[in-house]
Amino acid sequence: MSTTTPTPPRTPVKRPATLKAASLPRWSPLAVAAGSVAVAVGIGAAAGLESRIQWGLIAALLFIVGSYVLAATVEGTRQAKDRLATSLVWVMFLLAVVPLASLIYETVQRGAKVFDGYFLTHSMGVVADEETGGGIYHALIGTLEQVLLASVIAVPVGLLTAIYLVEYGRGKLSKVITFFVDVMTGIPSIVAGLFVLSFWILILGFDYSGWAGAMALAILMMPVIVRSTEEMLKLVPNELREASLALGVPKWRTILKVVLPTAIGGITTGVMLSVARIAGETAPVLLLVWVNPLINTNPFDGSQASLPLYVYQQYAAGTDASYDRAWAAALALIGFIMILNLAARGVARWKAPKTGR
Amino acid sequence: MAKRIDVSGLTAFYGSHKAIDDISMTVEPRSVTAFIGPSGCGKSTFLRTLNRMHEVTPGGRVEGKVLLDDEDLYGSGVDPVAVRRTIGMVFQRPNPFPTMSIFDNVAAGLKLNGSYKKSELNDVVEKSLKGANLWNEVKDRLNKPGSGLSGGQQQRLCIARAIAVEPQVLLMDEPCSALDPISTLAIEDLIGELKERFTIVIVTHNMQQAARVSDRTAFFNLAAVGQPGKLVEIDETERIFSNPSVQATEDYISGRFG
Repeated sequence: MSTTTPTPPRTPVKRPATLKAASLPRWSPLAVAAGSVAVAVGIGAAAGLESRIQWGLIAALLFIVGSYVLAATVEGTRQAKDRLATSLVWVMFLLAVVPLASLIYETVQRGAKVFDGYFLTHSMGVVADEETGGGIYHALIGTLEQVLLASVIAVPVGLLTAIYLVEYGRGKLSKVITFFVDVMTGIPSIVAGLFVLSFWILILGFDYSGWAGAMALAILMMPVIVRSTEEMLKLVPNELREASLALGVPKWRTILKVVLPTAIGGITTGVMLSVARIAGETAPVLLLVWVNPLINTNPFDGSQASLPLYVYQQYAAGTDASYDRAWAAALALIGFIMILNLAARGVARWKAPKTGR
Repeated sequence: MAKRIDVSGLTAFYGSHKAIDDISMTVEPRSVTAFIGPSGCGKSTFLRTLNRMHEVTPGGRVEGKVLLDDEDLYGSGVDPVAVRRTIGMVFQRPNPFPTMSIFDNVAAGLKLNGSYKKSELNDVVEKSLKGANLWNEVKDRLNKPGSGLSGGQQQRLCIARAIAVEPQVLLMDEPCSALDPISTLAIEDLIGELKERFTIVIVTHNMQQAARVSDRTAFFNLAAVGQPGKLVEIDETERIFSNPSVQATEDYISGRFG
């Protein structure tokens, strides 16, 4: 439908006759996905491809190409590009989920074999590598105590540093602190371990202990807490600070009673995530806590055990029974971290500013 | 209780940028003084210098004198926290504390300062909410979060919060700019009642509002963008809106500005 205009230089704008356009039914992506999986299985079986990964990649490729071609022929190029982007996002999402799902599946499947009440409540005191039995009680105690001690050191320092940086820091000093926090974030865990080893054990002459390990873990924990707390404090609107100051509330009380409560959910999540991070550290624990198959509940005296270290040791022992124990301990570690994360989410939701009427 | 403010030779800076230049004026007690003028002319900055909130902004700095009755707010040894307890402020956007209930929001000034008796608190909250014309709307849900109220109610909550600490002067920075006409009317009526007890200074972009609520009006202007803002004139509101002594004021008020 073109209209004749008296002035020829302007070409008439092309408009579709109707606003409706041909569109694929809602179930079409699912159909394309099912079709590409079927074709990929066919190709894989026919060509005799051994690896299921190859089958999956073929299916993914078919899905992307298929949905683009189908949309291009039925709906037009703009919608086809949209479908291309959507299908790419889905394929990438699945690629990201596959390793996670398979990791959890493997750990649960192999770890469930010896994971029971006995395993959680007994140590490795009189159990040789090739014997069955034994448990992670000593390692669980060690991890809990070391993580707790590290948190006791790192959480106050980290929180106060972040409060200084956001609420008080001006000029050179805060820039220097920010820079060093960034540097600390990049410290490999083994270096933190070596630092405490040379300072605490070699120079000052203390013995291996859970406390020494906790100090190294605290070094790793601090920058994570500073960074996450800083971001959360920056999210608190300045208007709230001003509202409080304008009421004649001193700055320190404003921070304590207005700023921190507003950000507490996010801060808690950050702390929990940093705890989860250090709970899985092996290197500094290996250097500083050493190894102890016996239950040692005193983190300040003598070597302890810890979960990641236990996994490493049992796997290195290389017997069937120790393999089982390694997987079960890995399962316990994942469970421990997952409980922490869930707790953090719960606290964040519970403490979040309420909007109800 | 209300006090007079005498400003002489006040200049305020943001870092090296001079925001307002050499302002002198008197704010009468138990009256409403309105500040009008184009955006960026320093009305809000000047308002914030009156209770030392200006220096909260990084780089904020002030020269000159602000006398509250006979005491210089910027004199040596003056505690800005004490100044802000005497001179309260209501902001442009309603900003109730999101973690606190309606009750705690109003009680915040007393609670956070730590100087209160539990028995008094209920009375103060009720009195302040009544003073802000909000009591009837919220008396059944004092324990609900303040952020659940409508914009106009939130702003009245903020006014209740400000008057709960019994200030002597109340500064309002465009308190109605985010509100609909009905909420605006409610706040304007409230200002009329509050001026019996407080000295009120209000910044507004709404000329009709200045004409309606204020006894005296100050017109601010700036020579050019980037130049510091100046006080053009201050006079009885009636005169400013009928027969101002400066041509620029008449141009601005009649919309022939620039």
